[in-house]
Amino acid sequence: MELLVTLVLLTFLVAIVIGIIVLRDLLAGVILLGLYSLIAAGIFVVMDAVDVAFTEAAVGAGISTILFLGAMSFTRHEQKPRGHDSLVTLVFVVITGALLIYGTFDMPHYGSADSPAQTHPQLAQHFIHKSINETGMPNIVTSVLASYRGYDTLGEVVVVFTAGIAVLSILGLVRRRPEEEAPEDAPGDLPTITQDGSEHNV
Amino acid sequence: MQILGLYNYWIVIVLMMAGLYIMIARYNLIKKMIGLGVFQTSIFYLYISMGKVTGGSAPILDDNVTQYSNPLPHVLILTAIVVGVATTAVALALIVRIHEEYNTIEEDEIKAIEAAEHDS
Repeated sequence: MELLVTLVLLTFLVAIVIGIIVLRDLLAGVILLGLYSLIAAGIFVVMDAVDVAFTEAAVGAGISTILFLGAMSFTRHEQKPRGHDSLVTLVFVVITGALLIYGTFDMPHYGSADSPAQTHPQLAQHFIHKSINETGMPNIVTSVLASYRGYDTLGEVVVVFTAGIAVLSILGLVRRRPEEEAPEDAPGDLPTITQDGSEHNV
Repeated sequence: MQILGLYNYWIVIVLMMAGLYIMIARYNLIKKMIGLGVFQTSIFYLYISMGKVTGGSAPILDDNVTQYSNPLPHVLILTAIVVGVATTAVALALIVRIHEEYNTIEEDEIKAIEAAEHDS
């Protein structure tokens, strides 16, 4: 049953990506990307990653869709009917994909409990068996995130802070320039009195 | 189950390559960012499917559960999701700025404008 749910959701993901490639309307592309993130969050729940599913649904499907819509309100909604759908690109992508698929033959099968990632004594096994005594937190993901890998999370906060400063310095400083270049009487301004006393409104 | 053991990874690779194709083959900058989003989410999916253990439960300790999935990929991907949104925000801000300067977000039109400026 679990396998069936995963297979259906994966088919949805592929269908959505084909839609994103084919459609030229950017709004449709952004909404499909949000749907893609939401279905991915559903798959994460099936794969026991509940914390990741929360974050993906809130941040991936929510905030990033809002960011895209905000950026699109400043730009255009239609992609020009061009783009080099060249054979070279397709061949490059297919060759890269084939090499990656060749690489997967060495990987442990999905769900195997005896793969190195699952049995390593210092990582997964340590966290599962000892984290309750070392941190006192029943949710293992929380104890790894905030305690064992606390510096990693601090670095993440630094990255988000830096990104916030970057966005502000890219957009915030520019906003002042249009005021200098703006016409003196923008539409919607209060009527101004010119020197000969006549009132005019643009 | 044994036949489908690698099926997850193959779907991830198809999704990744679709995202890469969008990034290379489309001139529109916002479309390129959508392709990057597709690529990113498929990587998250690759990591989470590597952490899954058959018959395991979500890694929240409980007396009735004996088998847990691997919590380490979950933690790594939690960080990656937030960092991914931060990079998306910076890229979109740059796109808005490019649109203010060139009045277009099509890569080839921007190149044509820059070439014309360079010649004059």
